Amino acid sequence: MAMIEIRDVSKWYGGFQVLTGCSSKVEKGEVVVVCGPSGSGKSTLIKCVNGLEPFQKGEILVNGTPVGDPGTNLPKLRSRVGMVFQHFELFPHMTVIGNLTVGQIKVLGRKKEEALEKGHALLERVGLTDFAQKHPGLLSGGQQQRVAIARALAMDPICMLFDEPTSALDPEMIGEVLAVMQDLAREGMTMIVVTHEMGFARNVANRVIFMDHGQIVEDATKEEFFGTPRSERAQLFLSKILSH
Amino acid sequence: MLLSQFDFSVFKPSLTFLWTGFLFSGNLTLIAMTGGIVFGTLLAMGRLSSLGPLAAIASAYVNLMRSIPLVMVILWFFLVIPLLTGKPIGAERSAIITFTAFEAAYYSEIMRAGIQSVSRGQAMAGYALGMTYWQNMGLVVLPQAFRNMLPILLTQTIILFQDTSLVYAIGAKDLLKAAEIAGKNYNRPMEMYIFVAVIYFVLCLALSTMVKRLQKKIAVVH
Repeated sequence: MAMIEIRDVSKWYGGFQVLTGCSSKVEKGEVVVVCGPSGSGKSTLIKCVNGLEPFQKGEILVNGTPVGDPGTNLPKLRSRVGMVFQHFELFPHMTVIGNLTVGQIKVLGRKKEEALEKGHALLERVGLTDFAQKHPGLLSGGQQQRVAIARALAMDPICMLFDEPTSALDPEMIGEVLAVMQDLAREGMTMIVVTHEMGFARNVANRVIFMDHGQIVEDATKEEFFGTPRSERAQLFLSKILSH
Repeated sequence: MLLSQFDFSVFKPSLTFLWTGFLFSGNLTLIAMTGGIVFGTLLAMGRLSSLGPLAAIASAYVNLMRSIPLVMVILWFFLVIPLLTGKPIGAERSAIITFTAFEAAYYSEIMRAGIQSVSRGQAMAGYALGMTYWQNMGLVVLPQAFRNMLPILLTQTIILFQDTSLVYAIGAKDLLKAAEIAGKNYNRPMEMYIFVAVIYFVLCLALSTMVKRLQKKIAVVH
């Protein structure tokens, strides 16, 4: 069984169609990069996977659980799917360690000591041990995003969704975030990553999905995609992105 | 000339009596504030909810309360409830219920703006961690909304404190009513009214100065 299965998903905002018949599969341990021009529906698609955005047609299965089914316990499903946002979205009124423990304690019901231990271990892992008691507002963008990744990992997710995790960062901070993601991929985490970082895609991804106008135009292995993308649109996109 | 006719020696013997009136005004303010913020926050959540009927009911309540003069609500509630239940509920209790219900409408508008001041991404992050609606509200959205709105909530409370003097209309013994009674006892109403005016003025000025300082402090932290 695939970890994430997207079957013929369509979505409308009023009369405007944002996703048209999207289908794909992500196997356990696979890293899939989703790219495409802005407004192509990449972020919307990834938010459909954990039900943050509803969709009107089709089906998405996460580890066999149907996301769109009204009977599905969405909070429970989401607690097992890690998500990292473009603008970090750390909780500004909590300390860094508070951000890492609130979900563990309130959602997973872990004991405070256990949650703290896990939180500190993850902070060490993303290289931010000294920042536990600080508030997120005092951290740089790159540091905040690493905390956000640690917050998602604290829930012991079965897969991770990254929604343009480096787009809001200064160039010199992108590397530190990508390095954490790369480690995660190496350890076998199942990941869907919406990004324009083609270097990351080349190094880490198993597959690349190219979207345009709400459709999955290309869904190919990394080698195929960077070798000879079949669609003209993907070729054009790549030439624009890789030329500088 | 006018001042020379004033006799301010009547303050001292009436202090204990005025104190009981002041305690009622203070209690009424604190209870109506707490209840009004809790109820008002629920109303704000209702108004912002995606459930149509709930939003409509909350919105109707808020608009109704905000369109009627407070003194009318105080009188109406005091007079109508005994007709409905067959038992009078007393001016003090009636005042507490009325103020809580009325102020909730105003606090709800403040909390609505506060909830909307928290970005959608924050709520998304809470949901992505697996929080339920209530957890997300309680742990992520409302603490930030409350913090953002704290100076305005306190300013509303100062207005509420001044408005408590309206319970005078139903004879509840607040600071103003106590002053009126004391004034009649000693036949010195003017002095008494001046005295309570000074009390209201000093208290409200002190509180609004505090709010201004708080506002600056919050602005620095952000």
